[in-house]
Amino acid sequence: MHPAFSIIVFTTLSGLGYGLASLLGLGLLDPAQPATKVAHAAALALIAGGLVSSTLHLGNPQRAWRALSQWRSSWLSREGVLAVVTFLPLTWSAYLSVFESRWDPVIGVIGTALCAATVFSTSMIYASLKSVDSWHTPWTPASYLGFAAASGMAASAAFGAAGGASLLWPLAGGAAVLVLIAWAIKTGWRKQALRPPLSTPESATGLGHIGKVRQLEPPHMTDNYLTREMGFRVARKHARKLWLIALVMGCGVPAVLLAGLAVFPESAGSTAVLVTLVSVLSLMAGIMVERWLFFAEARHAVMNYYR
Amino acid sequence: MTSLPRHNTPKKLGLVIDLDVCVGCHACVVACKEWNTGGYGSALSDQDPYGAGVSGAWLNRVHGYEVTPDGRDRVVIGEAGDARVVHFPKSCLHCDDAPCVTVCPTGASYKREDDGIVLVDEDKCIGCGLCAWACPYGAREMDLAAGVMKKCTLCVDRIYNETLEEVDRVPSCVRTCPTNARHFGDLADPSSEVSHMVSERGGFDLMPEQGTRPVNKYLPPRPRTPLAASSAPAADDTADATGFFGWVDRMLDRI
Ligand code: SF4
Ligand code: SF4
Repeated sequence: MHPAFSIIVFTTLSGLGYGLASLLGLGLLDPAQPATKVAHAAALALIAGGLVSSTLHLGNPQRAWRALSQWRSSWLSREGVLAVVTFLPLTWSAYLSVFESRWDPVIGVIGTALCAATVFSTSMIYASLKSVDSWHTPWTPASYLGFAAASGMAASAAFGAAGGASLLWPLAGGAAVLVLIAWAIKTGWRKQALRPPLSTPESATGLGHIGKVRQLEPPHMTDNYLTREMGFRVARKHARKLWLIALVMGCGVPAVLLAGLAVFPESAGSTAVLVTLVSVLSLMAGIMVERWLFFAEARHAVMNYYR
Repeated sequence: MTSLPRHNTPKKLGLVIDLDVCVGCHACVVACKEWNTGGYGSALSDQDPYGAGVSGAWLNRVHGYEVTPDGRDRVVIGEAGDARVVHFPKSCLHCDDAPCVTVCPTGASYKREDDGIVLVDEDKCIGCGLCAWACPYGAREMDLAAGVMKKCTLCVDRIYNETLEEVDRVPSCVRTCPTNARHFGDLADPSSEVSHMVSERGGFDLMPEQGTRPVNKYLPPRPRTPLAASSAPAADDTADATGFFGWVDRMLDRI
């Protein structure tokens, strides 16, 4: 599948935003700290930015509001509805922290649940497509939720460090554990992605009873919307290297740094801020590479007609 | 409304495509584009139409496949068993369980309750492209100029069009096909001509494992006559030449 830049940015940044917002909803950070107030604003900005970038690839963005109408059948519509609804408790929580320096557990937890539901819907857009084998699995929502939680927790640790949180080690340690869990899920996802394909050129053409089917003449000499959209190949060549880069940047670096911070919590102050910041940046870079591979490596059933 | 009709539609209008007969002339491809660029919805645009990289939206495409008996790789068509070339037209199959419809977030994609035709309401389409991802057959293509999704309408603006002569009230591709490889009819009616063809020739679904339950059916190529069965031209043997040719043959042998 073609990895559209806008969708990669949207899914990774909004994942970070929802992860951060959901942990703020759990009241993990002191609502009176200026850093926590900034965290609330940052989470909202990341979510909003992600949503705006996701409309960039639309052919007619001026009608995007219509996408809220088909929540009964469409995961994309559900995602849109949930994204809008989730803004209510999140802005409310942000308001309470920024202007009243307090945290309301009920509103907070409602926000957390809706954040999780929104990320789940995003992932189900992909997981519900039977036409793309590697996406069509419960591992897909699991890995989206895992990455959102891990990046949100790492960001919480960063804002906690900036706010001089007295108990930094549970934040950092929790983030390290979530990073490891997220990549464990992703590794499971990659294993299942190797299953034999559901459809083949033989089943696509129904000519398998005669023998092996191979394309002799494509329908047109040049490429078309389908081959551009579903037939991306560039990354496959370097898939192994990219996967290793994703693992080192997304898992190794942040897990070691965050675990180190958890073990030596006395290294507070600017060191802790720097360490958590580097962890978040490295983690996000790793997740972006992973997300790129998620698209670039995915094989669509229609390509059976072009083989 | 992008929920599918709750019950089987009373009619299932669709195509039956005969892979034995198609010669891959692409007449249906051109006829489809010609009719539909001026018909239902926005025009079917081309990008860089006179350049080297021309590409555009088409609702019907003809592929060509080489099919070789199992276990063999790259054989010369015609020399090995049943190896053969199959021309393969492909357009929307108007699936009963159309995944392209249910994923649509706007309600632009829908399946008609009465005849099962799958259509896009272009005024509602936001051009997100998700339906093209959901279709395993590659039957939907985005129009890059209009930013909306295009697909086969089964020429809904012909088949019910009483201003056309009766003979023309079939999809443009069916009307055009010079070899009669494409047939249009109601596949829910077991007594229709298309239903008879399907049952007699063993019409089949494309990618049944995708669970889309396509309405359109394909008729398999008939078994080909093995090359060995056709009399090969006798190369140098003139033993049975008689009369004038026999005389010429003998004279030339002597020189
Ligand atoms: S062939 Fe594709 S576009 Fe047509 S109804 Fe089936 S899934 Fe939808
Ligand atoms: S491209 Fe248009 S028809 Fe297709 S899913 Fe999106 S809004 Fe619906």
